[in-house]
Amino acid sequence: MDKLTRQQQTRHLFARAAFGATPAELTEADQKSLRKVVRQLFRDSEAVTELRVVEPEQNETKQQLKGMVRDGQLDKDMLKERIRENAEKVRDLNLLWIDRMATGKGALREKMALFWHGHFACRAQGRNPLLMQQYANTLRQNALGKFGDLLMAVSKEPAMLQFLNNQQNRKNAPNENFAREVMELFTLGRGNYSEHDIKEAARAFTGWQFTPEGQFVFRERVHDEGEKTIFGKTGPFKGEDVIAMLLENRQTARFVTAKIYRFFVNENEDKKRVDELADQFYKSGYDITGLMEQIFSADWFYDPKNIGAHIKSPVELLAGLRHTLGVQFDQPQPQIFVQRTLGQLLFYPPNVAGWPGGKNWIDSSSLLFRMQLPNYVLKAADVLVRPKEDGDVNTQLLARKGNAKFRTTVNWADFEKAFINTPDAGLTNALAETLLPFPLRPDQKTVLESQLKPGQTRPERIHTLTAAIMSLPEYQLT
Amino acid sequence: MNRRNFLKQSAFTTAGTMLIPHFLKAYESQMLGMGPAPTGKILVVVQLSGGNDGLNTVIPYRNDIYYRERPTIAIRPDKVLQLNDEIGLHPAMGPLKALYDEGLLTVINNVGYPNPDRSHFRSMDIWQTASDSDKYVNTGWVGRYLDAACAGKAQQPYRTIEVDDTLSLAMKGSELNGLAVLDPKKLYNQTRSSLVTGLSKERVQNHDAHEPESVSYLYKTLAETVSSADYVYEKVSRTSQPISSVPAGTVLTTYPNNELGNRLKTVSKLIQAGVDTSVYYVSISGFDTHINQPGQQERLLGQYAESVGAFMADLKIAGRQNDVMMMTFSEFGRRVKQNASNGTDHGTANNVFLIGGGLPARRVLNEAPNLTKLTDGDLTYSVDFRQIYATLLHDYLGADDVAILGRKFDGVKIV
Repeated sequence: MDKLTRQQQTRHLFARAAFGATPAELTEADQKSLRKVVRQLFRDSEAVTELRVVEPEQNETKQQLKGMVRDGQLDKDMLKERIRENAEKVRDLNLLWIDRMATGKGALREKMALFWHGHFACRAQGRNPLLMQQYANTLRQNALGKFGDLLMAVSKEPAMLQFLNNQQNRKNAPNENFAREVMELFTLGRGNYSEHDIKEAARAFTGWQFTPEGQFVFRERVHDEGEKTIFGKTGPFKGEDVIAMLLENRQTARFVTAKIYRFFVNENEDKKRVDELADQFYKSGYDITGLMEQIFSADWFYDPKNIGAHIKSPVELLAGLRHTLGVQFDQPQPQIFVQRTLGQLLFYPPNVAGWPGGKNWIDSSSLLFRMQLPNYVLKAADVLVRPKEDGDVNTQLLARKGNAKFRTTVNWADFEKAFINTPDAGLTNALAETLLPFPLRPDQKTVLESQLKPGQTRPERIHTLTAAIMSLPEYQLT
Repeated sequence: MNRRNFLKQSAFTTAGTMLIPHFLKAYESQMLGMGPAPTGKILVVVQLSGGNDGLNTVIPYRNDIYYRERPTIAIRPDKVLQLNDEIGLHPAMGPLKALYDEGLLTVINNVGYPNPDRSHFRSMDIWQTASDSDKYVNTGWVGRYLDAACAGKAQQPYRTIEVDDTLSLAMKGSELNGLAVLDPKKLYNQTRSSLVTGLSKERVQNHDAHEPESVSYLYKTLAETVSSADYVYEKVSRTSQPISSVPAGTVLTTYPNNELGNRLKTVSKLIQAGVDTSVYYVSISGFDTHINQPGQQERLLGQYAESVGAFMADLKIAGRQNDVMMMTFSEFGRRVKQNASNGTDHGTANNVFLIGGGLPARRVLNEAPNLTKLTDGDLTYSVDFRQIYATLLHDYLGADDVAILGRKFDGVKIV
């Protein structure tokens, strides 16, 4: 591909820094300088509105509910119902977040938070929706701030402490899981610490616990106050000291920047460029906004080799499709079904390393399903696929019936308006330019147009062509 | 081969398989298809998702500790289908006992791995990727077998098939993924839409050598899917028509009408159709029995045993009993001590079944679980599951186990 047109540049920016753009957003952005559009994206993401599906004071953990049964406040059936309601709230949280991504308001913040969800991977344990709600809001709140604040906050999240077994990490009975993942996955990456560092850091993190109400608490009586030697330094360190040491280490900036580069720019790392970015990131005191603005403003970000190099994750695909066409789902279950079938269910990453991404998203069945997705969402086509059950009774609720009922409302009117002045002959290409990272090949255009039926009205033609373009393998890329 | 060369080569070969006439396809399969595995053997993996309670599956019916720790859910000695004077099968597993009596079943006790993880998804990851419990790997052991089987040859995802709508991590390789087929006809129809066929043709004619790697990868996957779906459907529909090919007097096997029964029936159909597949993967779920275990496990084990019994009977009639080995596992066993809800919580080591394959069965391969030597209240493993994988890969399928598993695991003496 040759150098990008301005429209392609705008498209690329929205595809990576947000969940794509509507034709109207693209047109509007093209009136301004690219630099201004970048600034605008950050400005639109300054405000944060919490995700809220459960009120902290109303939340009851399973243990508390069981206590109420013992006290005679609840009978067995009521208990079952309350536990079910709790599990349903994790699902509601998932859908609420997808809604936020899809509306496009503050999309950069949501995109960044999605990245951090994979980086600070944490999986819903048991059925406590409050912990996941707090975790999600911490990611979103700190998504564009200082990495150090984010690292500290998310490390102290009850959901994370539970997931990484730090409740079991006690003086004289250390559990190294938390300390290991903080170094291996959150900051330094494999090979940049010793087993001794982990052992000693685990001791420093003893006492980092949380209350039944979901509040972080430092429990002095289980904390190991002795001296520890970590990265060659000796002292009676606490958890906060370890976090500070990790931030002091330039390798943390290098590791995090490389991961951001692979997610937002290109899976194939450009070593020199990442080194430069990491240097700047470190010098700025880990300012995430600064780093991202530098990336989105760089000429090389718009290099043809970066265009269409990223395979959309299932959540990016779903949120992007919804955003472009203003799609609303009438029922909650289909969006869970899509996430499960394609392998990215929010709040259930496969393991502490997060979603592997890239070509791991694609195999024969997931590709066919992705190519069929527009027909489900836009045409309510019958769904013939069933996702696997993982065998865990806790996620059974997410595997409920109602998968195949795709009933949606599509805002075609706004979408059609953008093409009102496009001549009939140019319609296919014009649609493709807003929906795809690459121009259509002439024969591809012919195949797409063969989907049209004689006598279709213009809106019908737009619907048919849009669904067909969204079914292309190229639509999976951005 | 590096990735770039690999893509170039596969783009060429897949472009070929999609448009070449049938006589050339026949030639191609003569050149490339050498039977399922070098040994001509087929492996069927059955995964019991949710953590099957091994102690109530293979029951230490003479062990006092077992009865003491499980006052309300233990299987009474007189109900147990005895395998030897120590252990026996759950009473719902009659058909499996029959296979044992025929010398077709091998039981391996105490299978696990170091530093076990008690979370479903993590432990399943470990079994499917064959990784150490502190490492995260994005490819599965069957997928890496597929990589090795197709290295330098045509890229044929159907050499490993999962009978399901979606593909497990176990089936994903680094160069190639296995094929998920629940119903060959349904898959075939999906790849026959005018859009998919139109795009595939367009692609072959206008292939751009300078396109991004991401585009090549998607179209390569699409082409492989289309040609695999075509191949499998053609094989199955060609063989399933004439009833006359069944020898006179044969009783056709009836499979139980449950999920596993239906899936194993599909596996048998594919095997008998001569599909060039050396590993099949099937899973059933529901084994996470925290509450009211006895009824639920009885139903599931009954379904399992009946389905496997029917499958082996079917293969026997078809004369393929000795070519096919089935391995059954679950991501972990459950705690020795029952919980307060008539159930069991997540544990560690578990038993693995090997069935058929034409091997002299060792029946019960190793010692029964030692209930006096527990680790944190759980059984202590003595066989690493990767030792079983290594044996199946090397001795049974004739593959390079060290390349696939990343290091050498001592085999177990089953083959």
